[in-house]
Amino acid sequence: MQKYSIFSLIKNAFSNHDKWDLAWKDSSPKKEYDVVIIGGGGHGLATAYYLAKEHNITNVAVIEKGWIGGGNVGRNTTIIRSNYMHDDNGLFSEFGMNLWRRMSQDLNYNVMFSPRGIINLAHSDAQMNVYARRGNSMRLNGIDAVLLNREQVKEIIPMADFSENVRFPIFGGLMQPSAGTARHDAVAWGYARQADSMGVDIIQNCEVMGFDVSAGKINGIRTSRGDIKVKKIGLCVAGSTNILAEKLNMTLPIETHLLQACVSEPVKPVLDKVVTFGAGHFYLSQSDKGEMVMGGDLDGYNSYSQRGNLPTLQHVLTEGIAMMPFLSKLKMLRTWGGIMDMSMDGSPIIDKTHIEGLYLNCGWCYGGFKATPASGWTFAHTIAQDRVHELNAGYSLNRFNTGYLLDEKGLGTKTWIS
Amino acid sequence: MLHIKCPHCGMRSQNEFSYGGDASVKRPNLNKEISDQDWDNFVYNRKSLRGKHWELWQHLSGCRQWIKVERDTTTHEIFNTLKADEDIS
Repeated sequence: MQKYSIFSLIKNAFSNHDKWDLAWKDSSPKKEYDVVIIGGGGHGLATAYYLAKEHNITNVAVIEKGWIGGGNVGRNTTIIRSNYMHDDNGLFSEFGMNLWRRMSQDLNYNVMFSPRGIINLAHSDAQMNVYARRGNSMRLNGIDAVLLNREQVKEIIPMADFSENVRFPIFGGLMQPSAGTARHDAVAWGYARQADSMGVDIIQNCEVMGFDVSAGKINGIRTSRGDIKVKKIGLCVAGSTNILAEKLNMTLPIETHLLQACVSEPVKPVLDKVVTFGAGHFYLSQSDKGEMVMGGDLDGYNSYSQRGNLPTLQHVLTEGIAMMPFLSKLKMLRTWGGIMDMSMDGSPIIDKTHIEGLYLNCGWCYGGFKATPASGWTFAHTIAQDRVHELNAGYSLNRFNTGYLLDEKGLGTKTWIS
Repeated sequence: MLHIKCPHCGMRSQNEFSYGGDASVKRPNLNKEISDQDWDNFVYNRKSLRGKHWELWQHLSGCRQWIKVERDTTTHEIFNTLKADEDIS
């Protein structure tokens, strides 16, 4: 593999950039693998990378129905944070933050990690109390958190609506200064390139048709490009989890819903933080190109279509304009949608299953992007060692049976209420 | 924008309705012995079908009745609507 550096850039400039190697091979499936990861998104590619790097397991294939990075890793609003209250979520996400901080060096690929900070706005005294509690919980877990009053917020984001007679006045906010954003596609491509260089086969346009299970054990999979014998399978397919679970006669605590996002026309730098509206569900940041990137609520009913509906978009943008009135002057450039694997307590599942050799990674709801490295790292550990790591012990499948739920938002099982 | 035909009020826009989830889920019969698995299936586990899906909606800004709607979860085409007490055939 060619190393990307200033020297290789200069060298290749002399040949008009015609001589760069492909970032990864277009592999065809072999007859047999030690591990097959189903789903070539961020989590699947990261899992393959950490299987090779941390566990020296390289007879691995990542199979993807479409093209890699075409699902939610290419459709999110790129926010990275670890501002969780519960220990399991906080410690897992903060472990991920450390992987994000050195990801560009690790992968020799610029993922443009930008730890610009996130501010969750509060709009009442009660909400300030809740944020103080969350901030304290975060600090106990070694995560940075700063409680800001109204004046401090105004200093950082003066363009927000600080007028007196508004329905949801800004009382203050909770800031995680180390949170930020990254270039989402680069994350998928960086992991793919490194995994490929260590011997992982990345197989695109390969759909899983069925599983070969006998005596409670995985023996192989049937794909649109032939049968593959395999000892271990990692399922990493986000919104398509239920479709594959049905082929395994499994019913999971997951519902698939649609989430929209949109970007405005590019404008000059105005916002150097990620900001979320506290009286509804709206988040906003500015990309390096100058576009305002925003998103909010789910469309609100089960959906497998990767495109959204206007009532929700209107609702979300109304919240945005209430928070930052200047948004009303901008034209929208693009809107898009992705399908979310909404779990019944809002937290993910990384676990073994009742089928030997089948491992499950799902339930990321609308927070999967930031979890990409930690998810890949812990899932690789779970697959390689056939046991969960302490970091993902809380993300068990049987917590819905034992009652150890991880309901960070306290929303219960109605996943469409967001 | 979805257009849902309320069996009580006729065709109305999606904005008047709120969603209530999978209509095929049945609460366990309380007169019988109920296993943890039965409760799990009722409270948490969902098929989340791709394609035709029977689901509950409430005509919240209309007649306030709960109704059943058969909708395609990929194309959003609505095939059928029923009153809440009518059985899915």
